[in-house]
Amino acid sequence: MKYVLMFVETEQFAADLRAMDEPERERAYARVRQWFADHSDKITHHTHLLPADTATTVRLEGGEPLISDGPFVEGKEVVSGYVEVEVADLDEALAMARVWPACPVVEIRPVAG
Amino acid sequence: MTEVSHGELVRVVRDHAGRLAASLVQLIGDFTAAEDLVQDAVEAALRHWPVDGIPDRPDAWLYTVARRRGLDLLRRDAVRRGKLALMVWPTQPDPGDQLRLIFTCCHPALPRTAQVALTLRVVCGLTTGQIAKAFLVPESTVGQRITRAKRKIAEAGIPYRVPGDDELGDRLAEVLSVVYLLFNEAYLPSTADLTQGRDLADDAEFLAATLHNLMPTEPEVTGLLALIRLHRARASARFDENGGIVQLPDQDRTLWNQQAITDATALIANAAARRRPGPYQLQAAIVACHADAPRWEDTDWTQILVLYDMLLHLAPSPVTRLHRAVANRYVAGPAAALVEVDALTDALDGYHLFHATRAELLRDLDRPHDARAADERALALTANPAERSLLRQRLNWT
Repeated sequence: MKYVLMFVETEQFAADLRAMDEPERERAYARVRQWFADHSDKITHHTHLLPADTATTVRLEGGEPLISDGPFVEGKEVVSGYVEVEVADLDEALAMARVWPACPVVEIRPVAG
Repeated sequence: MTEVSHGELVRVVRDHAGRLAASLVQLIGDFTAAEDLVQDAVEAALRHWPVDGIPDRPDAWLYTVARRRGLDLLRRDAVRRGKLALMVWPTQPDPGDQLRLIFTCCHPALPRTAQVALTLRVVCGLTTGQIAKAFLVPESTVGQRITRAKRKIAEAGIPYRVPGDDELGDRLAEVLSVVYLLFNEAYLPSTADLTQGRDLADDAEFLAATLHNLMPTEPEVTGLLALIRLHRARASARFDENGGIVQLPDQDRTLWNQQAITDATALIANAAARRRPGPYQLQAAIVACHADAPRWEDTDWTQILVLYDMLLHLAPSPVTRLHRAVANRYVAGPAAALVEVDALTDALDGYHLFHATRAELLRDLDRPHDARAADERALALTANPAERSLLRQRLNWT
């Protein structure tokens, strides 16, 4: 089955990352690269997004498109990237998410069709 | 064919429904379809058996109904239909099938209410109506929970398997907490009267015993089974003839089932020998200390305090701290216990037993005014009729 793992950042996580010194940050990135390497046979696609302050949201529900600055939900948690994976079942996707070494929230959604 | 009592009907359906579900899922490879067939067969049994009597081979009867219904429903699915047509009963039951069933129903990706409802329906053979009655919610609510859970199992790809060793600990803990919740709900329902509906404690014990048979080397499973049996062994002494709560010091201990207590205590010893202590084993050991005491005055409070400290080490929680404080009242005295209880105010201010416990300690310390105020807080915080009447009595007498 195909799933998308959505990586969700929190304000706290972003602040912690900013507070790291260079070697610390490099180690954090290395752990993420290692995770990708460990699961490369299952990952079919992945994307990392720029921070939420670069987001623009368009709302189409009121007739006239409404364009606003910022992410679609005002909140402390924002999607920062995703991977698409091909695995046997939810437990395999959960096993990948469980060892994800970076941002503190991962949402798993099956891909339709 | 024999005269059917309600309890017998429940028991026979439960003994066979889960096994039939396990065999059918295995055979047709579709959890939700198999579950529907079993539910149909159970509904049919509950209609026919009270009138016609329980058949000599209830498993074969249920299987025949489920199979007939399946062949009808699966008309357009040649592969599954073929498998079902070839199915021979009785199939050789694979104990693993029933475990897979339980682990799927209690998958952590399902909400707790759905885990509970699915487990009761699939593993214990309850109907949606019976579950609704037991939890005092509308039948449509339970129906929606089941439908949504089954859709999620199918669409989100929740697998039908026993978890591997690396995740077994967490997943088993999830299963045990579903059983424990069921038991707690049954032990003292938080609303309405105690006599209504099905005895969920019986289903909880059935589930724990089934798990114990399937996983005899998991000490926490054994611990939970012992815990449930120790509570049930003393259940008849917990209420007076009017349904009022009889507190432990006042219970008539001759009403306790001594044989059941001895057996459950042996289970605890058996689990403890595996040297992997856990919260259920420790809770069972604490209850065993109470059950072993011939009189309230004989209770081994020092041992109980040691067990609470071990429990707090493994599973710290404010409610367990409250229980420890109650035990400490008999070791270090009410003043020391009250200090421990008062330290929990922030965490437990909304919990009625926190205030009820404070009231008892305050009364011991000759502060009747403060005690009354605490009892009034407790009364305002519980809807349970038996607990309310106990608190009211206390307010009237003191």
